[in-house]
Amino acid sequence: MFKFIGKRLIQSVLVIFVIITVTFFMVRFAPGDPFSAERKMPEFIKQRLMEHYGLNDPVMVQYANYLKQLVRGDLGPSFTETRSVNQILANSFPVSLELGGWALLIALGIGLPVGVVAAVFRNTMADYVPMSVAMIGICLPTFVLGPILAMVFGVWLGWFNVSGWFVTADRVLPAFTIGLVYAALIARITRGGMLEVLNQDFIRTALAKGVPFGRIVMVHTLKGGLLPVVSFLGPALAGIISGSFVVETIFQIPGMGREFVSSAFDRDYTLVLGTVILYAALITTANLLVDVVQVILNPRLRFEDS
Amino acid sequence: MLPSRVSPSSEKLPDLGVDLDAIESGTSLWKDAWLRLRKNRLALMSFWVLVFMVLFCFLGPFFTGQDYRTNNLEKTLLSPQAGHLFGTDDLGRDQLTRVMVGGRVSLGVGIIATTVSLLIGVAYGATAAYVGGKADAVMMRFVDVLYALPFTIFVILLMTLFERSIVLLFVVIGAVEWLTMARIVRGQVLSIKQQEFVEAAVSLGYSSGRIILRHIIPNVLGVVVVYATLTVPAVMLLESFLSFLGLGVQPPMPSWGSLIKLGADNIQLYPHLLVIPAVFFSLTLFSLNFLGDGLRDALDPRSSKD
Repeated sequence: MFKFIGKRLIQSVLVIFVIITVTFFMVRFAPGDPFSAERKMPEFIKQRLMEHYGLNDPVMVQYANYLKQLVRGDLGPSFTETRSVNQILANSFPVSLELGGWALLIALGIGLPVGVVAAVFRNTMADYVPMSVAMIGICLPTFVLGPILAMVFGVWLGWFNVSGWFVTADRVLPAFTIGLVYAALIARITRGGMLEVLNQDFIRTALAKGVPFGRIVMVHTLKGGLLPVVSFLGPALAGIISGSFVVETIFQIPGMGREFVSSAFDRDYTLVLGTVILYAALITTANLLVDVVQVILNPRLRFEDS
Repeated sequence: MLPSRVSPSSEKLPDLGVDLDAIESGTSLWKDAWLRLRKNRLALMSFWVLVFMVLFCFLGPFFTGQDYRTNNLEKTLLSPQAGHLFGTDDLGRDQLTRVMVGGRVSLGVGIIATTVSLLIGVAYGATAAYVGGKADAVMMRFVDVLYALPFTIFVILLMTLFERSIVLLFVVIGAVEWLTMARIVRGQVLSIKQQEFVEAAVSLGYSSGRIILRHIIPNVLGVVVVYATLTVPAVMLLESFLSFLGLGVQPPMPSWGSLIKLGADNIQLYPHLLVIPAVFFSLTLFSLNFLGDGLRDALDPRSSKD
């Protein structure tokens, strides 16, 4: 078990390192620079700035310097704002984390029960109706659902603000925009996983021995049935992150997603790299956790990796 | 009057719901699948919706008598009315024509990028599985590593940093979407490889290339068709996601994603700008997904949902 975790840990660090390297060189070799934005500045000021930030050094030197800085936990200064990248991320990351947390809560809170009920009452109305709705939910991308929710609940009904991130109620529309799609996906995956287990012999045995059906569902089936859901959480997190790019733009939320998109537009090298590194760390950590939980839940996997 | 053809079997046997002509001629996989698909009303309806969408978008602009990029600043943001059935946008361009041309872009990107990812994925997956051993392990490990990368982030980076062009869009989307295809094809080929007819071909001394092309790929085609149908909506989603963020196709060329963006910015006063492209886009996505599901059930009855 520890060997497995150790191996995966090394892999994760490698993946993050590859991502940092690829991003670094991609950003550097792209045409344009942070100071070629809208306002033209005199050439000598630009040269001074380039010199100041070490952008005139050979790329390999810049890369080495960046890595050295990174080891100290310093993501460098932002090129377009007066704050450092660390400060920008310290302000915007908690916002995105909260948004993502609510979205995940909504996705699991709706998806799991609906999927379990649909599996238990297979081929009845309690299965068909929610699963058809889920199919629609899956096809509705966040950038369609978001504006529509804003229009209906913000403009027409006036229940929520159309944009902003000030009061608790401002969390509702963005979180549902991201969460509902994943609720639909999780409902379908849960249903599939539960059905697979419900059809197995040991469930029939338990039934024959007179175990109450409720107990069979909650104890015997759930553990195996939830395995596919657990392995889906990794991709789900990546999806929630890309959902945040759109949702934070639509609802004007001061989160990391909006920061990332605008920093790429502005060629703010250090800010782009900082956000990408944080995202990469987040996703690989989540994948690692998912793998470990999977091995704990499914003992059969333990013998595969030896 | 004599019947033109007397089939000895069809006269006295009770109708078993079996197409006797099909049995006589020997039912092929595709014919069989077509018969099954025809019974799936939802999939058939989706098929016709898609036919309508394609005709509407590709032929429609010839009949509206309007140009998708001619600004008319005296007629901005009109409501739907005679002459402009869907109204006009912020620059006075006919929204009906723009929805059609946007559909061309979205559908076109969907189909072309899917084809690209299909070719790469099939070739890669089939080769890995057929060669097997070390090569297979290395090739699939590479796919695993790519899977672990947060791709939407890289896609956004590429599209912001480099000069945005439709070719880059194809390359970027194709690069993301071939991974799953490669995995699926590899799995299929692995199971087909062990069957007798492949062994026979090997013992006849055919080259590997010929065996892959003539014996294995035709047998994987069913799965490939199903998965391609499901890849098209995924690709369209990605394209529209990028266009929504302003990173996809560039103005004045519209795409359903950029039209939805314009609508999202104007929900307070001009909801039709959001609703109309959103309906067209979602309807197309639904249809593609339902058709894909239907095809899966038709081509591979064992994998159907329950």
